[in-house]
Amino acid sequence: MSDADLLSDHVREEINRWTVRFPEERQRSAVIGALHAVQHENGGFLTDEQLNAVADYLHLPTIQVYEVATFYSMFQTKPVGRHNVAICTNISCMLRGADDIVEHVEAKLGIKLGESTADGRVYLKEEEECLAACCGAPMMMVDHKYHENLSKEKVDEILDALD
Amino acid sequence: MSNDIVKFEVDGKPVEGRQGQMIMEVTDAIGVYIPRFCYHEKLSIAANCRMCLVEVDNAPKPLVACATPIGEGMKVFTRSPKAAAAQKATMEFLLINHPLDCPICDQGGECELQDLAMGYGRDVSRYTEKKRIVKDKDLGPLISTDMTRCIHCTRCVRFGEEIAGIQELGTIGRAEDMKISTYIEKSIDHELSGNIIDLCPVGALNNKPYRYSARAWEMEQHPTVSPHDCVGSNLFAHVLRGTVKRIVPRNNEAINETWISDRDRYSYEGIYSSDRMQSPRVKEGGQWHEISWEDALEKLAQTLRESNGEKVGILASPSVTIEEAHLLARIADYLGTANIDHRLRRRDFSDQGEDAQFPWLGCDIADIENCDAVLIAGSNIRKEAPILAHRLRKAAVGGAKVGFANSEVYDYYFKVAEYLAGRGLVEQLSGIAVAAAQGKKLTSAVTDLCKGVKADKQQKRMAKMLKDATHGLVLLGNIAGRHKAFSAVRALAASIASTTGTRLGFLSEGANSAGAHLAGVLPHRRSGGKTRDEDGLHAGEMLDADLHAVLLFGLEPDLDLTATEDAVKKLAEQRFVVAFSPYTSDALDDAADLQLPIGTFAETAGTFVNCEGRWQSFAGVAKPVGQARPGWKVLRVLGNLLEIEGFEYLSAADVCDELQELLGEVTPDNAYRRKKALRKPNGEDAPASDVDIPIYEVDAIVRRATALQLTPEAQRLRSTDP
Repeated sequence: MSDADLLSDHVREEINRWTVRFPEERQRSAVIGALHAVQHENGGFLTDEQLNAVADYLHLPTIQVYEVATFYSMFQTKPVGRHNVAICTNISCMLRGADDIVEHVEAKLGIKLGESTADGRVYLKEEEECLAACCGAPMMMVDHKYHENLSKEKVDEILDALD
Repeated sequence: MSNDIVKFEVDGKPVEGRQGQMIMEVTDAIGVYIPRFCYHEKLSIAANCRMCLVEVDNAPKPLVACATPIGEGMKVFTRSPKAAAAQKATMEFLLINHPLDCPICDQGGECELQDLAMGYGRDVSRYTEKKRIVKDKDLGPLISTDMTRCIHCTRCVRFGEEIAGIQELGTIGRAEDMKISTYIEKSIDHELSGNIIDLCPVGALNNKPYRYSARAWEMEQHPTVSPHDCVGSNLFAHVLRGTVKRIVPRNNEAINETWISDRDRYSYEGIYSSDRMQSPRVKEGGQWHEISWEDALEKLAQTLRESNGEKVGILASPSVTIEEAHLLARIADYLGTANIDHRLRRRDFSDQGEDAQFPWLGCDIADIENCDAVLIAGSNIRKEAPILAHRLRKAAVGGAKVGFANSEVYDYYFKVAEYLAGRGLVEQLSGIAVAAAQGKKLTSAVTDLCKGVKADKQQKRMAKMLKDATHGLVLLGNIAGRHKAFSAVRALAASIASTTGTRLGFLSEGANSAGAHLAGVLPHRRSGGKTRDEDGLHAGEMLDADLHAVLLFGLEPDLDLTATEDAVKKLAEQRFVVAFSPYTSDALDDAADLQLPIGTFAETAGTFVNCEGRWQSFAGVAKPVGQARPGWKVLRVLGNLLEIEGFEYLSAADVCDELQELLGEVTPDNAYRRKKALRKPNGEDAPASDVDIPIYEVDAIVRRATALQLTPEAQRLRSTDP
């Protein structure tokens, strides 16, 4: 049994979609796409076994996959809650009250930035840099979806709607 | 081409370089030093340490010398106030997270960071904030880590990817949290991995067995040569009060470049193994006693005088120096015996008359890189000669087609053109020979071997690959040399080489097979390859003969001979066995009647002839352990006691000079001249697993190197032992 057996057919299809876009023997370029696919299917984080599986599937040294997974902040290499909540704290959002939003969310969920709720429902991302939605500041991204012009009430509504 | 030449200025002096060169390459060539950490001439350019900032006229900011191509009329200033300020600022940043624990760091005193901080940095640190700490990962028994000291130059990462061919270390995380790591706990495994210690410009990666045992400035540095494979890598031994503390590479572009194998780097531990023989020993009434050198040699001389000269047998390791080989051959001559051999692991002697006169690689070591097609047959080359495997990898990465014919499949970190596996070597090679001869007549030696043989697709592709080559090579390795039908394997390889117009080469056993051939440590040839009137007993026959005396020189009978299982028993049954050996062991106690302690490669002067026919002499670098004496001196005294004429050598160089004069001009020669057809092997071609000697089992010194024996490579082997 090889490490790559861990990957589902769906994930393999996703990875193949990426590999065909790059020249032959340049499959290393598909690592980011592959990790996104695996992380998405796995509920928001990656395990060491899954990193090995991606390396095996792409015929890369495992370390080259570890490097990518640990470099980018959108990949989680430790178990986290299933909903990814990322509040922008960059300059525009900060000027428009992002710090209050963070404080409110931390109090509401009972966790600090970088932590997950005990029921595994929400992961509050450690730090989010500018997501290029300054016109709607303050903003946050929940599971890849943008929410702009936030107020405490609006945040409550969004978070309460999460399953 | 004159338009390729770029004229520019460095520090006001006119300089020329080639189009496309970086500033650093040119300044290095003309001897202008620019400080650097990440740049290394053997590795790709990373330009991430920023230490080599220089001022370039008309450039708005300082530029990195390692990654800035030279341009016509460019004016470079390496020590201008602007350049110096940039270097000083970079140094300050590099030191922010560095612990500055030089007093307790092994690298202290030979540290690039220390030197450059001294030469280019500020004299006082302004940094008062917190420093980061990096938790260490255990990289195995060879390399120690103190990753807090790392400055992220990534030389070790690039070494893995570009030189070893397998990336084991990587950059994990980013920015403040970035670290060099294996991510998961894992030993570094590659046979060249110790080189990252030399590459590391700081004290992050260090030599684990050597750790905390000496300071760089207390030791003397002596040049020496590796005794473990036919490459003869150039080494420096670092010696503290007569004891070898560590081994580092000595640059030689023609041989090992700037690398050495882990075997060469760490085998020195074996020199100080606890089972070194402390003084001559004699067996009396079944008990071993220590005796003086005088008594021991007198006893040996007496025994030899009383023996029938023809009934003396001499077995020498293929790693003896050429001086020892020459003296052994002279003693054999004096005694009137032709029973002398160094081919300890060979199984097939049937065609020994066709042995190469002066066996060699078929081309220079550096020339392997220029090959466009190579067939390696019967060789686990990465383990047999790691440095040659590295050259081979360079050739393959450069586009050469490299094919293998082995019974086992071994891993290579480059694209292998064809891998013929799973069948006997004779079967595979005869297929290639038939395909290669297509349309032409086969050489007469192999007509019977190839009778009825049809080449399969893979064999045809291999033959075509060699035929299409303009610079091809057919290389037979140690596994081929130990094959039960070696004569057939060799004849087929010679046939393939001649019909495809490629060269034939051999990897030989030990450090000095070529030298032993030249010196005449062979039962069928005298020094210089002159045929003997009558062949003596070869290594495969000697133990079974009824001899009056057997001399074992530098070998362990239970581990270095083909017939390892009953070799000790057979020797014990001989009337008199004397072992010249650095080590004593239960096997030697059983097999021998007299044991004489001789020095290892570090404790004797000598000469090895490597696989490209290069004679490399070296001096003794360490104080002998106990009463051990250099082998050539012991043989010299023995010769004096036997009253052999002309045995008044004053130095190893005298012995070497005498042999060289005797030989005259000799050039490596692999010519295969056999015309008579060889018969087909009958069952001898079956793949045999015991012909592959593991990398850390090849000789007595390596077998005693503690750290090497703890590597995953050595452990894997242990776990598969029955």
